[in-house]
Amino acid sequence: MANLIQEVKRRFGPEVPPLLGILLLVVIIFGIASPRFLSGANLGSMAFQLPELGLLTLAMMIPIISGGLNLAIIYTANMAGLTLAWVLIHFGGPDAGMGAFALGVITAIAVGALAGAIMGLVIAYIGAHPILVSLAMMIFLRGLGEFLTRGSDISGFPSFIAPIGHGSLLGVPIPMLIFLAAALVWHIMLTRTRHGLSVYMIGSNIRATEYSGVSTKRTLTLIYMMSGVICAIAGILMLTRFNSVRVGHGEALLLITVLACFLGGVDPFGGFGRVVAVVIALLILQVLSSGLNLLDANQHLSTAVWGLVLIGVTVVRAILPWMQHRKKGGV
Amino acid sequence: MRNLVRTYATETRLSIVLALLCAGLGIASGDFLTLANITSLFNNNSVNLIWAVGLLVVLIAGGIDISFAVAASVVQYIAVYFFAAIGGGNWAIGFAFAGLAGIALGCINAALIHGFRLISIVATIATFNAFFGLLMFITGGVFIYDLPDWWTSRIIVFEHQAANGTWSELSLPVAVMAACVAATWLLIKHTNIGRQLYAFGDNPEGARRAGVNIGLMQFVAFGWMGLMAGIGGLMQVNIVQEVVPNALIGRELDVLAAVVLGGARLGGGRGTVLGCVLGVLLVAVTQNGLNLLGVSPYAFKMIIGAMILIAISSSSLSLRLRVKREI
Repeated sequence: MANLIQEVKRRFGPEVPPLLGILLLVVIIFGIASPRFLSGANLGSMAFQLPELGLLTLAMMIPIISGGLNLAIIYTANMAGLTLAWVLIHFGGPDAGMGAFALGVITAIAVGALAGAIMGLVIAYIGAHPILVSLAMMIFLRGLGEFLTRGSDISGFPSFIAPIGHGSLLGVPIPMLIFLAAALVWHIMLTRTRHGLSVYMIGSNIRATEYSGVSTKRTLTLIYMMSGVICAIAGILMLTRFNSVRVGHGEALLLITVLACFLGGVDPFGGFGRVVAVVIALLILQVLSSGLNLLDANQHLSTAVWGLVLIGVTVVRAILPWMQHRKKGGV
Repeated sequence: MRNLVRTYATETRLSIVLALLCAGLGIASGDFLTLANITSLFNNNSVNLIWAVGLLVVLIAGGIDISFAVAASVVQYIAVYFFAAIGGGNWAIGFAFAGLAGIALGCINAALIHGFRLISIVATIATFNAFFGLLMFITGGVFIYDLPDWWTSRIIVFEHQAANGTWSELSLPVAVMAACVAATWLLIKHTNIGRQLYAFGDNPEGARRAGVNIGLMQFVAFGWMGLMAGIGGLMQVNIVQEVVPNALIGRELDVLAAVVLGGARLGGGRGTVLGCVLGVLLVAVTQNGLNLLGVSPYAFKMIIGAMILIAISSSSLSLRLRVKREI
């Protein structure tokens, strides 16, 4: 057992075993508290709910690792969703064909990438603070979306896109497959590529990274562009899941994505953080939410519990080294 | 004069932009430079300004607070129950209670940040979710209209009837806003604690070695933010005459943008009350002007977002150019 924990720590990072412990604990608690918790129906609905928050959390994660933040993720996703909706409606709404959908997806991703790239360029070349740049971009995109839609819903899409939001492949929900694929790409990008290494280095010390010959400006631009692309994928997924687009949809998720990153052990100052740990943190949040829902508590109680869990975990993380230090007889 | 301009570069620039904007709007729209419009501008932005000066103190001390708008909602709800329990209350009790409740909530943030060495953005995002979730869960999201009379009555501190019969008036929230702005100015500019806040925000470790009490600074900054959040919440009810649990949520980021526009720096050590007021006013005047010019309200946010993006970019750019020249 101890060997197994060591092995997990070595492969996935020191924050993974405690998070797995918490996950196991909440699953056991809700499994005992509610017989329906471990039923296939509940697990299935969890698997359909998680990907939306999951993709947005991945979009939040790399900017945080690089020492920044991207507050514009929700509205980038909304704008990408709107773009896809317009392309579909332009080609006949419910009668639009596969080609129109493919074109819509490509333009939606391009819009997401553009929004991210603009932020990245301002952050990298002008040196403004990422929180401010993405905050201004968020206000701008929200305004642009409200201006273009007048705050109303847009719906009326061809029926063949519904399976992307509701279908299953070999028993696994398609949204979940999209999320797992994105998480895998993110994991490989961060651990196996030069770009990933540069992201961690920038988060630790941007000046030292620049002096060591990494093009920090290009890397920063790319970071926010990738964040925008994954937002666009989340926006497309939201469109297919709700069969409509509305600016402001998912607004409440913004700070939850930051919470999920911090819960997953991403360093708020940048430089550290792993995809596997963040995915486990997302599972913990989803289990808490679904479990409380089954016990007839409402969504708002889960929001409160999420906040309290984040406080609890960060407090334990803060005092644990101190306690271990005392046990060893230090000062 | 040149020194003044150089020391307060952001404030000078903002004043010029604001003056040009006001002059332009005055020419473009006959309604802009009327007393009625200017007073309503102040009435409508008093709560934002009360919060803005509170947030300014936190930013100067090197922190950030996401939870204050939610804290204001929490204060509103517990105040409703408290006033019902004591059978009415009055303004004095109202201010004392809202202020203390706000300070208590601010101190929760400060305790987490100082006691457990949490980063302020992590701590306040966590308390944001905890406060908001618990508020919605416990109250069930009900709106409350049955409020004490003194709380919802309109109190006019200044009124004037123009020749054509239109009334212009300033109400109580504006007076409270003025008091809050003045108090914050005194705190950060003219007290020992204020100097320590700047020092702490600029360089926490340096300030600690110089003998600044770090814990006290966190409690002062977040306590002050809480005080302003509570008073702002009290005033918001006076304006809208109802208590709604999720009405204030989302305004924290708009206030943050306005304060930063006014020259406060994320990371601490910089920012003035004047700049903060100018930042909020610039956003407010832009919005008001677009309204008077008949621009669709749906476009406001877009234009303001673009404006903030340009302002942040240009100020960062000029800062960098100056640093380069000095080297």
